[in-house]
Amino acid sequence: MKTTLFPLPYYQNLFTKVRVDAPTFPGVPLERDRDTAERTDAIHVQALAWFGNAQIGPVYLGFLGVAALIFFVIGFTAIGWNMLVQVNYSPIEFVKQLFWLSVDPPSPKYGLRLPPMNEGGWWLFSGFFITVSILLWWARVYRRARALGLGTHIAWGFAAAIWLFLVLGFFRPVLMGSWSEAVPFGIFSHLDWTTAFSLRYGNLFYNPFHMLSIAFLYGSALLFAMHAATILAVGRYGGEREIEQIYDRGTASERAALFWRWTMGFNATMESIHRWAWWFAVLTCITGGIGILLTGTVVDNWYLWAVKHGVAPAYPEIWGPVIDPSVAK
Amino acid sequence: MAYFRTALIAAAGILASALLAGCERLPMDTKQIGFRGTGMEKVTNPRIAAANASRHEAPPALDAADSSGPKAAQVYQNVKVLGNLSVGEFTRTMIAMSNWVSPEQGCVYCHNPANFADDAMQTKVVSRRMLQMTQEINGNWKNHVADTGVTCYTCHRGKNVPEYKWYADPPAPTAGRMLGNDFGQNKAGKKSVGNASLPYDPFTPYLLGKDEIRVTATTALPVNAQVPLKQAEVTHGLMIHMSEGLGVGCVHCHNTRAFAEWSQSPPARVQAWHGIRMVRELNNAFMVPLTPGQPQERLGRTGDIAKVNCATCHQGANKPLNGAKMLTAHPELAKPPGAPVRTSALQTEVPASEGRAH
Repeated sequence: MKTTLFPLPYYQNLFTKVRVDAPTFPGVPLERDRDTAERTDAIHVQALAWFGNAQIGPVYLGFLGVAALIFFVIGFTAIGWNMLVQVNYSPIEFVKQLFWLSVDPPSPKYGLRLPPMNEGGWWLFSGFFITVSILLWWARVYRRARALGLGTHIAWGFAAAIWLFLVLGFFRPVLMGSWSEAVPFGIFSHLDWTTAFSLRYGNLFYNPFHMLSIAFLYGSALLFAMHAATILAVGRYGGEREIEQIYDRGTASERAALFWRWTMGFNATMESIHRWAWWFAVLTCITGGIGILLTGTVVDNWYLWAVKHGVAPAYPEIWGPVIDPSVAK
Repeated sequence: MAYFRTALIAAAGILASALLAGCERLPMDTKQIGFRGTGMEKVTNPRIAAANASRHEAPPALDAADSSGPKAAQVYQNVKVLGNLSVGEFTRTMIAMSNWVSPEQGCVYCHNPANFADDAMQTKVVSRRMLQMTQEINGNWKNHVADTGVTCYTCHRGKNVPEYKWYADPPAPTAGRMLGNDFGQNKAGKKSVGNASLPYDPFTPYLLGKDEIRVTATTALPVNAQVPLKQAEVTHGLMIHMSEGLGVGCVHCHNTRAFAEWSQSPPARVQAWHGIRMVRELNNAFMVPLTPGQPQERLGRTGDIAKVNCATCHQGANKPLNGAKMLTAHPELAKPPGAPVRTSALQTEVPASEGRAH
C-alpha cells in the first residue's frame, strides 16, 4: 500500500537550502502599552535562517533586564581581570591558559568571614554579582511570561537550575561553615573541584541523589531525542503543529502514538510528553542539589554509607589481605 | 546544495581529525587486574612502551674485581664509606660511579687530580653523601625497593644531576597585589601535575613536609573533624605526579570504587606508601642538608637544592629500569652489615609548610 504524503506546505532548515525569513513581525500587541512599546527593533540576519528564524528581536530589556546585565558584566569582568592579572596582562598567555585559569574561593582558614580581596575576596565579589544577576534574570523570565499571558513553566524550570547553583555556591558552604567548600570560577578548576568532591566524600556515585540526578539527566536526553525524532517523523502529516494536535488529534498523533505502542507497548500523549520532559529536566537539578547539600553535612563518606545500607556490594578478595601500613605496625 | 554539503562534510572531517590529533592510536593492551566488573584494568600503549624501552635499559655490569688484598681504607687516605672493600673492588666501584654519573668528566668531576683524597671539591662531598643515601635506601627501605635495590644509575643515567627532580616554586608573578592570586594552582604546562590545573607543588607539603595525604572521610557520617575540600586537590596533585612518574593509572594502587579502602587496594599501594616516606626521608636527611655550598646554578629559583620525587628513580617506568637488578653486581652499595648509616644529619626536619609555593 502506497502512502500519500499529506499535502501540507512544510519547510525545514538547519543546514538545508531552505531559509526562513519573513517581513519583521513585532509580536502580538499586549495589554500593557509598555510591554508593547519597550521592545527594540528587529534586524534580519540571513545566515541565521539556516538554523532557525532570520529575525532577531524585538528584545524587551526593561528594568530587570538592564539590572541583570549590569550585575553580570561586573561579576564576569571581575573574573576576567583576575585571570588577566594571573598571566601578567599577556593576551597570548590569556588565550593559551584560559582553560586553566580560575578565580578560587578563600582558603578554609577564613570560614564564612570576609577574606582580603586577593585571598578569595574576588570570588565572593564575583559570586555575589553573578548570583544577583541570575536572580534578576529569573524575575525577568517570570515577568515576561506573565506579560505575554503565558504559564510560568520556564521560570520554574530555571529556578530548579538556580537551586543547584545556590546549593553549590551558597547553601552548602554556609552549612559547612566555610566559603572554601564552594566551586571555583574556572573551566578546569571547577572540574577539579568535582573530582576532589568525589574523592573527599568517598565516591559520589554511591550518593542515591546523585544516582537519581544522573537518571533524570540521561532520561532528559533520551526523552528529548525520542520526542524530537517522533515529531520530525510525523512532520509530513502536520505533526509539528503540536499544540493543535493536543486538542484536535490528527493522523500525525495517531501514527506517532501507534508507533510507540507497537515498539514499546505504551505511548505518551501529545501533551504529556512535554510534562515528562519538563519534570525530568527539573528533577535533574532538584535531586542533584539535594545530593550535594547532604554531602559533608549529613554524610561524610558515601561509599561507607552505601556499605552500611547494603547498596554497595562486596567483591571477593583478589590480592590477599592488603593492610593499611600506618596501622600495620 | 551539493557543494554546500560537500564543504560541510569536509569541515566536519577536518574538525574531527583535529580533535583526535591529541589522542593515542588504538589498539591498547588491556589487562584485567581485579575482580570482573570493577573496571580494574591496566591499560598500556604497546607502541609507546616499545619506543621508550631503551630509556629503561640497565648498562652492562663491570667485571667483578679481586676481593683479596689490602683494604681501600688501608691504602688510600680519607675513605669513609667504602673503606672495607679491597683495592680492586674499590677501584671498580669508582669506575662504575664515573660511568653512571660523570661519563664525560671522569674522575676529576669529583676528585682533585693532584690529590684524590682531598675533600675540597664540593661534588666529592656530595657523592660521598649520595653513597650513604644509596646504602640507606637499599638497607632500610626494602619495603619499597625490595631486593632489586638502587644504584647511582637508577637516578643519574649518565648525567651529573638526575633529569627528574623538583624545586619549590616561587610565588607566581602577577601584575598586581590586589588581583590575580592563583592559589598555587590553575597554571598550564606544569609537569609536576601532568599539565593538570591542580596545585602544582604537591611536593613541598608531602615529600618534604609531613602534611596528611589522606583526605577521604573514614566514617559514613560526619562524626570526626572534617578535612577541607581544597585539601583533596593537593592530594590529587601528588597522585597525578605518581601516576605520571610511574607510567601507571590510578588502578595500579587503588580500587577506584573506594579509593581510600586499603582492604580493596592492589598491594602496590603499600609499596607506594613506603615510597612516599622514603622520599620524604631522602629529601630531609640527605638532600636539604647539602644545600650550603651548592653552586648557584644547581639551586632552584627559591634557592633550594634539587630534591627527589617518584620520577627521580622511576622515570616513567612502573619499576625503575624495568626492574633490572643492578645491585647484584654491586653489593657494596647495599647497607654493610653492622655499619650505621644514620648520622645526626638524618634527624634534620623541615617544617611542613616551609617553602610552599605561596
